[in-house]
Amino acid sequence: MKSSDVYREEIEKFESVRKSINKIDGMSLVTGKPLYTDDLAPKDCLVVKIVRSPHAFAKIKDINTTIAMKIPGVECVLTWKDVPRVIFTRAGQSFPEPSTYDKYLLDEYVRYIGDEVAIVAAIDEETALKAVKAVKVDYEVFEPVLDPETAVGHKSIIHPDSEGYINRVPNGVDCSQNIAAKAHYEYGDIDEVLANSEVIIEDEIQMQAQQQCMMENYKTFTYLDMHGRLVIVSSTQIPFHIRRTVGRAIDMPASKIRVIKPRIGGGFGGKQTGASEYYPAIVTKITGKPARLSYTRVESFNNATSRHNMKVGVTIGATKEGIVKGVKLWALSDQGAYGEHTTTTVGPVCSKVMTMYNKCEAVHFDGLVVYTNKPTAGAFRGFGVTQGTYAVEAGMNKLAHTLNMDPTEIRDLNMCREGEDCLLFNLTTLGEADKPVHKILSCGLHDMVKKGKELINWDEKISGKQVAPNKYRGVGMCIAQQGSGIPKVDSASAEIRFQDDGFFTLLTGAADIGTGSDTILKQVAADAIGVSEDRIEVFSGDTDLTPFDVGAYASSTTYVTGNAIKMAGENLRKELISNVSEFFNVDASEVDFDGDSFFTQDGSQTITLEEFGVKTTYAGFNRIITGTGHFVPQRAAPPYMAGFAEVEVDTETGQVDVLNFVGMFDCGTPINPKLAKIQAEGGIVQGFGLALCEAVHYDSRGRQISENLMEYKIPSRDDMRTNIIVDFVETYDPTGPYGAKSIGEVVINCSVPAIHDAIYNATGVWMSDVELPMTPEKVLMKWMQKENGEQTNGPVPLNK
Amino acid sequence: MLVTLNVNGRKHSVDIKPHSYLLDVLRDDLGLMGVKKGCETGNCGVCTILVDDAPILSCGYLAARAEGHKITTIEGVEEKARAIGSFIVDEGADQCGYCTPGLVMATMGLEMENPTPTEDEIRHYLTNNLCRCTGYAGHMRGLKKYFKVVD
Repeated sequence: MKSSDVYREEIEKFESVRKSINKIDGMSLVTGKPLYTDDLAPKDCLVVKIVRSPHAFAKIKDINTTIAMKIPGVECVLTWKDVPRVIFTRAGQSFPEPSTYDKYLLDEYVRYIGDEVAIVAAIDEETALKAVKAVKVDYEVFEPVLDPETAVGHKSIIHPDSEGYINRVPNGVDCSQNIAAKAHYEYGDIDEVLANSEVIIEDEIQMQAQQQCMMENYKTFTYLDMHGRLVIVSSTQIPFHIRRTVGRAIDMPASKIRVIKPRIGGGFGGKQTGASEYYPAIVTKITGKPARLSYTRVESFNNATSRHNMKVGVTIGATKEGIVKGVKLWALSDQGAYGEHTTTTVGPVCSKVMTMYNKCEAVHFDGLVVYTNKPTAGAFRGFGVTQGTYAVEAGMNKLAHTLNMDPTEIRDLNMCREGEDCLLFNLTTLGEADKPVHKILSCGLHDMVKKGKELINWDEKISGKQVAPNKYRGVGMCIAQQGSGIPKVDSASAEIRFQDDGFFTLLTGAADIGTGSDTILKQVAADAIGVSEDRIEVFSGDTDLTPFDVGAYASSTTYVTGNAIKMAGENLRKELISNVSEFFNVDASEVDFDGDSFFTQDGSQTITLEEFGVKTTYAGFNRIITGTGHFVPQRAAPPYMAGFAEVEVDTETGQVDVLNFVGMFDCGTPINPKLAKIQAEGGIVQGFGLALCEAVHYDSRGRQISENLMEYKIPSRDDMRTNIIVDFVETYDPTGPYGAKSIGEVVINCSVPAIHDAIYNATGVWMSDVELPMTPEKVLMKWMQKENGEQTNGPVPLNK
Repeated sequence: MLVTLNVNGRKHSVDIKPHSYLLDVLRDDLGLMGVKKGCETGNCGVCTILVDDAPILSCGYLAARAEGHKITTIEGVEEKARAIGSFIVDEGADQCGYCTPGLVMATMGLEMENPTPTEDEIRHYLTNNLCRCTGYAGHMRGLKKYFKVVD
């Protein structure tokens, strides 16, 4: 019996969960109300601008700020000598962070083109920019490390002054070798398993440093409140981590800092790392005046974090019947200048991919993360899983083609099922290595693949066809998973208050960055208390007023915060009933609640929520009735995706059009199916960009030249003629709130491998040896190579 | 330089620099925060407003040039914005919302030019309004309903 069948009845009882209500802030957003950081900044803010390094790697010999300081309207010019020298990391992670503390607010070294050299604050933007130009810097320039392949052992050491660096969690960092981190997972004897395998498949992929390109750039303003405390209003996914990391960087205790997250214009992981916060914060600390820093689009490209450019290699050992016995993976991850999100990103290449192939006898993974003199890489939706999925799924498809099997058959034979064991869950969860093997509690993959095949008409299209002299069509598929928060690491807490007039205030530290989390958390709260969601007002993302929450990342909000809120709601319901029974002067077991009124079972006494709200607020029966909840995930609860692409390849131009895309999802119970569907559609299309058009370029000096929305091409409306079908196979994860798992990240993982294999099935071209994206010129080049019999990396089908 | 700008039916006398862009004047001098800033290079569309009822990108439009023209921001068309916007919200396609005021303004421009567009015409007219959250499908479902496009 499936998990979903067991709990179906329970789920049907709930009123709010599984309902497609509108986003509660939607109408305010679409009518242009002033809700985002820059809309709210006081007019008298000092404008902060950054003097940035023109060199990829250099040491500052001298900075002269005299001329800049003399410009009328300039408030301050801060160099590394003027600010606290405290080592920190901008990475937004639970304390203790696994990222190395390897950055100072300002340093005498600059490690990429655009690195911070000095901070300027002036009365307006024009004056600030004038002052930026007037700061004279004398550099000692070093040879930069630009190619991750040559980083280890390079004569230039990117962090030569690493003595004061801090590692709170061992991550394998070795600055003397430009190694930012290492990761390793293994079980079974991989060499033996591969040696005994009838078929060996090898492949290698390279994924580019994709840019998040949220429509709202990184923005922050800061001021001192009436108590002299520093208030930071910022476009961030991580208010509480910002409080901690800014406090450390500018040497101010957390008690003196308040972080407020207003509405956010998208994040996709970018805003999981601090960026624009530190510089206005130090200006306000030093000058006492309000300050603002609004990143330009170019700064958003260079001075926050992108996806990690990774090369991932895969070796698969299998039987001739297509049973996968062992998988060996390696990854080389280009970290850029600072070690923000290192092991945590490279680890999931294996830890959240190979878990789907739980029946492997041996799995072996080595990840190497290297420093280079390029903009830093960090969190981006998919977070290493996207890279790992591309490699492993390209390998599985290659296995299918080699064995003349249907790729869906390879999946059917090998992918995990609900109820099965998954040893890799243990190995990748803190403190669980020696515990009994974890089971997969919910998984809809087999049903998803079956349904997806039907929706794209797989069996009819699998052989591919030529539709014009130069046009070929084909389908491709793959599977993927993600996490739902990080077990034993992430945490959330929530509070719900009963108010006069019978409404409830939900206080959550979760950061709605446009995903709709305020809305779906309200739905969870409503069912936990047992009231209509109309009775609940949501207040989120303010470190002074809301309980702690790690923030919006690692696909954690629905699952981790949702569980905390469910607990808070259930506790509040108990509190309410206990107080009403005292008010009625009866035993609590005699009180019933129908969502609007309380009544004794004998019908003798009744009181509405509104009336009880008034009673408990004012003299007479004054009480504070609240429910609190908290949650730390204890084990993996992966959501799953199966993606199916149909492409048409033009072999005259190399153009690839995605005609149809089917995304099948298992996010457990979709709390709000409409919002889950939009997340899915958006992620699929962001994946199209990754696959087909979002090219990252650097010049020979290491300057990113694809640094604006003209040079860096994200999918536009005209590009998006794909018929996208999103459908859900509902499972029920017993560890999730009402059976829910995550949706936010898994959605991006299938676009690349599904399109990659569809191109092969259409044309016979195997694209994985070119760095993404698969632009027309690269497709055409590979097509010509194949036509000339020079394709060496493609599948070689065994004789039937 | 002093210019008189006709914004949302009201005349405003504003002291601007010759090189000021309309986007900055509308936000910083007139406090109209419905005009968003996304790229400042005319690529993303979040700063779309109407000048003489036609959509323009205010980040690349000099404020001085706007004198004598009818300028409309989303604050001036609340009712219409709610009418168009509700179709986007009903599809869940508001998401982060940052692109939506510009999208709503461009949609108004489309409607004035062509009140009965086809799906392709809607898509092409609005292609300058980028969105990173939704993948556009939700917008298109909502706008097709707004324009009553029959499949």
